[in-house]
Amino acid sequence: MNHIALKMLMGDKGKYMGIVMGLTFASLIMTQQPAIFIGLMSRSYSFITDVGLSDIWVMDPKVQFVDDIKPLQDTELYRVRGISGVEWAMPMYKGLLKARLFDGRFQTCNVVGLDDATLIGGPPVMLEGKIDDLRRSDGVIVDIDGARDKLGKPSSAPGGKPIPLKVGDSLELNDRRAIVVGIAKITRTFQSQPVIYTTYSRATSYAPRERKLLSFVLVKAKKGQDLNELTRRISETTGLAAYTQAEFMTLTYEYFMDNTGIPINFGISVLLGFIVGAAIAGQTFYSFTLENLRQFGVLKAMGTGNWTLLRMILLQAVLVGSIGYGLGVGLTAIFGFAMRNTILAFKFPWQLLMFSGAGVSLICVFAALISIFKVIRLEPAIVFKG
Amino acid sequence: MNLAVRCQNVVKVYDTGEQKVTALNGINLDIAMGELMMLVGPSGCGKTTLISVIAGILDQDDGRCEVLGENLIDMRSKDKLDFRARNVGFVFQAFNLLPSLNAAENVSIPLIINGVKRAEAEHKAIDVLEHVGLGERWQSLPSQLSGGQQQRVAIARALVHSPRLIVCDEPTSALDHETGHNVMTLLKDIALHKDRTLVIVTHDARIFGFADRIAEMDDGHIIKVKGAK
Repeated sequence: MNHIALKMLMGDKGKYMGIVMGLTFASLIMTQQPAIFIGLMSRSYSFITDVGLSDIWVMDPKVQFVDDIKPLQDTELYRVRGISGVEWAMPMYKGLLKARLFDGRFQTCNVVGLDDATLIGGPPVMLEGKIDDLRRSDGVIVDIDGARDKLGKPSSAPGGKPIPLKVGDSLELNDRRAIVVGIAKITRTFQSQPVIYTTYSRATSYAPRERKLLSFVLVKAKKGQDLNELTRRISETTGLAAYTQAEFMTLTYEYFMDNTGIPINFGISVLLGFIVGAAIAGQTFYSFTLENLRQFGVLKAMGTGNWTLLRMILLQAVLVGSIGYGLGVGLTAIFGFAMRNTILAFKFPWQLLMFSGAGVSLICVFAALISIFKVIRLEPAIVFKG
Repeated sequence: MNLAVRCQNVVKVYDTGEQKVTALNGINLDIAMGELMMLVGPSGCGKTTLISVIAGILDQDDGRCEVLGENLIDMRSKDKLDFRARNVGFVFQAFNLLPSLNAAENVSIPLIINGVKRAEAEHKAIDVLEHVGLGERWQSLPSQLSGGQQQRVAIARALVHSPRLIVCDEPTSALDHETGHNVMTLLKDIALHKDRTLVIVTHDARIFGFADRIAEMDDGHIIKVKGAK
């Protein structure tokens, strides 16, 4: 009977395509919109993930997220270094500074100061130059997206693309000269400001004079040291907040979730997509069953039981669901691939595949259930009605 | 006489909520094995309800209807499904072929319902299609066949699993006179034999001559049973 169910489904090409398209749309919108949302939210903590070597971030207890800088006294670094279980602790400066560009424009940049000796916390991928080049006089490393776009030189042709900043170019940070010694690839941040890496001492010299300038202390735990135990010890000893990398990511992520309208806006979009997709696919599948009711009646009159009819309808639902889901997810993947080098945020983790799969399954089960209900209640005597 | 169908005081009332309509009002009818019985009468007289009860796709509200020795109302629904699958063939006014299945696939459905493997069922279906003169057209979809050809496919479908009872609802009303005559000749020639009974509901007076007996119905009653010839 499975063969008959499939033939019934695919016999009406228009309806079949309609159901598949409905489910494709539902699946597309249930994956594409959350993928953008996840991409956007992951940018909120991308700076943390880009800093690879450290296990623990130490900061002022009032810090709510990674860009919420509440500077510490430099002496805090030495207090952290003195705690047992700490392999090493390095300073990091992070702050927004205005850069004066080649043509006199100003651009706010995220300036990151790395420990002068070790340069720990630097960019994950160098495209041009080496991270050690930061040791050269006035050296800074600029992220590629910033170099191409916001820090780029104006095009000679009106309306043309900016000319990317390149190694050897210079800019001014707080009236001090900075020479580009390298171009790095980093994960885009939520605010999409250009990111400029330099040494800690140089960064603090660029920054406006303040009593406290240390943004974070990056800590590496000794081998075998329990990280949760160490964070607790650091907090108790110094009175500062200490988070593992995962905890700091969660803190940042939750701040954006709780304090921005992004989750609600995307949530509405995903929910609407789900409802519209469910309505289109469910309604089309239901009307397909209604139109085939007489055929189901014939099968029932000839001796086909409700379980067999149920299995046939479920098979039809599973088939259109699988095809629609595959197409929707495929289109989302193509969209993500096409947008990989643009400013658009996009992240497609396996959990999202599961989520959209569950969503499409729910639609199919719902559509199949209301159809099955109709078929089970069907009086086979319908076949004798002209 | 070996009876295929015995109806005793069969009553069927349709309750539409607003009113009750008595479709069968104490039907008594015996149909012998090997007989071609026609049920005739005006629209709404209960003919279709009666063959639905006889075919086991509708339960009567009162009375007894034995079909091939089984009192269907006493059967569990699963047994009734099996009974229909094994013993009853259907021919409908509107053919009711599945439009996306070709002729052989349509004809093979009763065999597949009875658990025969698809390939074997389709092989046998082609054999039966040859018997009804459509052996060459087994791959055709219903939409590629004329009305008469579709009805012949439907007859093949009703015969393929060798049922002992075939119920036909207005089998010629959608066909022109000549095609209708041919369909009836076919039904009588290949469907009817001593171990199989045909019950045909019809308005079409031109085919009355094919019947062994005709039961005239009106207002839920059988008012007369007579021999056709």
